[in-house]
Amino acid sequence: MEALELARWQFGITTVYHFILVPLTIGLSPLVAIMQTAWVRTGNERWLRLTKFFGKLLLINFALGVATGIVQEFQFGMNWSEYSRFVGDVFGAPLAMEALAAFFVESTFLGLWIFGWDKLPKRIHLACIWAVAIATTLSAYFILAANSWMQHPVGAVFNTETGRAEMVDIGAVLTNVTLLAAFPHTITAALLTGGTFVAGIAAWWMVRLVRAGRAEEARDVYRPAVMLGVVTMIVAGIGIGASGDWQAKLMFDQQPMKMASAEALCESEDGASFSILTIGDLSNSCDGVAHVIEIPGLTSYLATGDFSAPIEGVEDLQARYEAEYGEGVDYRPNLLVTYWSFRLMIGLAAGSVALSLAALWLTRRGRVTGNVWFARLGIWAIPMPFLASSFGWIFTEMGRQPWVVVPNPNPTGVDGVWMLTARGVSTAVGPGAVLASMITFTVIYGVLGVIWFRLIRRYAVQGVADSEVDPSPDGPNGRRPDHPDEPDDASDRPLSFAY
Amino acid sequence: MELSTVWFILIAVLWTGYLVLEGFDFGVGMLLPVLGRGDKDRRLMINTIGPVWDGNEVWLLTAGGATFAAFPEWYATMFSGFYLPLLLILLALIVRVVAFEWRGKIDDPAWRAWADRALVVGSWVPAVLWGVAFGNLVRGVHLDADHQYVGTFFDLLNPYALLGGATTGLIFLTHGAVFLALKTQGDMRHAAGALAQRLALVTAGVAGAFAVWTQVAYSVGWTWVATAVAAAGLAALVVTTRLRREGRAFLASAVTIVAAVVLIFGSMYPDVMPALDPANSLTVDNASSTPYTLTVMTWVAVVLTPVVLLYQGWTYWVFRKRISTAHIPEHTGLTFERV
Repeated sequence: MEALELARWQFGITTVYHFILVPLTIGLSPLVAIMQTAWVRTGNERWLRLTKFFGKLLLINFALGVATGIVQEFQFGMNWSEYSRFVGDVFGAPLAMEALAAFFVESTFLGLWIFGWDKLPKRIHLACIWAVAIATTLSAYFILAANSWMQHPVGAVFNTETGRAEMVDIGAVLTNVTLLAAFPHTITAALLTGGTFVAGIAAWWMVRLVRAGRAEEARDVYRPAVMLGVVTMIVAGIGIGASGDWQAKLMFDQQPMKMASAEALCESEDGASFSILTIGDLSNSCDGVAHVIEIPGLTSYLATGDFSAPIEGVEDLQARYEAEYGEGVDYRPNLLVTYWSFRLMIGLAAGSVALSLAALWLTRRGRVTGNVWFARLGIWAIPMPFLASSFGWIFTEMGRQPWVVVPNPNPTGVDGVWMLTARGVSTAVGPGAVLASMITFTVIYGVLGVIWFRLIRRYAVQGVADSEVDPSPDGPNGRRPDHPDEPDDASDRPLSFAY
Repeated sequence: MELSTVWFILIAVLWTGYLVLEGFDFGVGMLLPVLGRGDKDRRLMINTIGPVWDGNEVWLLTAGGATFAAFPEWYATMFSGFYLPLLLILLALIVRVVAFEWRGKIDDPAWRAWADRALVVGSWVPAVLWGVAFGNLVRGVHLDADHQYVGTFFDLLNPYALLGGATTGLIFLTHGAVFLALKTQGDMRHAAGALAQRLALVTAGVAGAFAVWTQVAYSVGWTWVATAVAAAGLAALVVTTRLRREGRAFLASAVTIVAAVVLIFGSMYPDVMPALDPANSLTVDNASSTPYTLTVMTWVAVVLTPVVLLYQGWTYWVFRKRISTAHIPEHTGLTFERV
């Protein structure tokens, strides 16, 4: 394989992997913050126990998310130096802003939250986890600003002298309409991930306790967690649908090739159908594609709001791109990948939302259930949003090919700011080096992924601690507030948390 | 002053923040097998940096992001050119991060032994390799007319750069020992203090040699000031560690690191990445972003950096107390075997 193929594989592997962890961090940290808020406001110890329980799971996940995130900051320069030269003037800004505005907050306040249980006043300590939750979301905003610019460049011009894209309007970059749609979609998808995680684990525990004859405890501790998770899932599901619909409409306009290939729509059609199952060889050949099950007119409706609107097919788009951007390039993304990743994204997300409705029914009016199937479905639901997010990104990024920066088709858009992926790869790095790094990353990520899974599973089956009441005389979370700096207040007491 | 020069200085500031802060947590990790004879000692060491190491590391990510935004050519050439060393650094940082967070999660000596290995390797590798990288940046590397790195991996392992690696390794080792003496009580405090005293002498010799080599071979007149400050810092370090003035010793090692960064960046300026053939060098002018981007980023940095310093400073204040093994609670980790 060439350095280009290897560099693409490496980027795909490291980025998809990173984004298995990120949605859980973004989705779970506000839920932990809500649990802790409930504890601070009501004083009900169940919320403290849940905060600590899900907090531990959050931290196990957070660590690997941070570790794999480091690579992302440097990988553009390492493997995609020509891309970096071309876009750095625009693309670097949101990355640097993310580090300064969000990443610092996240890391610093997470440290304060982990170690601060008995060092900070209750409300300040609570504010720390909220700072983490808000910063992870803000972080997503800046990263999506960078990504959205690759999908739909705005606020930049092409400098013919230097051959680089140059930023002329940071406001446009940070309010890119592609970003405004992608941000709620990503955040609600993360909330679905976090909600399913909380609801699934709590549902499993609820069933387990009910079957062990401890229904009261199940009702007292786990049912509220199931409800919190389920409500989050439903709200997130609605948000995902609404933002996804908006994204699809934008995409038909901004990246018609991506949507045409998502539908395996080879020829242009009026009133294009939405295909549910397609068979045949989709690997970049339109010969022999057979749509088996389809909903008439739905694709046209999704694109434009009109069931009979004409939609351009892949073949016509290829001809149009050749005329505009030069011949000799296959402008079609991998049809098999885009078609199926799009369907898997929708199906898996819809699946976990559907399960949340079942959960709502089974726990109606204060009920708890000992139905084993409920526990099983709860556990099976957990990976669904993770996979849906991964497929969503695989679709977004693979559907962008062969471009790394997709030309903005809008006549008022930016001129000349586009780049083929093949042009972006580092010229100074040989295939041997990329192969070595790809293998090392894959092996290390694989090992760490196994440990991550085992740790999360182990801590999940441990359940909430019996009691989180601090045995010390000052009570939980507590320095005596009247003597915050009393010298031997805590001098010999063990730390409330230590590595 | 040109904005590109302002950004050169700002990136130096970010590296200063990174090396001063992460420098001591690298040192603590490097010293685990030396000062951490028992598990409780090792846990004590790890917990002196527990609340802060993650925030310290963000300085690096910010330096990386800021280089991308302000000097895309520098970012592209440096990271594609220093591919293998950077790969090693990234792998080291990855295992280091998870080892901190996961070490205490499983109560099993073999598990902790693995985490300790990851912490030690994860701290030594970047501590030394950053010095090698900076040595090469100061010395100059093989760049062609398109600013592409055309040297090999082994070109990076020249004597000067290797001395740079030894210098950063030793400085962080000492910085970490001084930090441990400052943050602990009891046996650890004494052991760390005694070690710092011995390390300070070696560090002063090696770092002094590197500073003089840098100054004489690669630098300009005004950086003699930085070299002098670094020398004074090293001398103060030798004296204060002998006197067990822990706070001042920490100040001395921090000042040494600041002076070293000034010397290194001062030697490079106006190049950001000097080439062995000066015509091919990347400079603050030919590597930088447009004035518009630099203006935007200047506003962001000027507003946000003081805020970051404020809340990171507050974190250090919250966790200002010394700790001893008495403060380390019993293990709360689980075992993989379910009961």
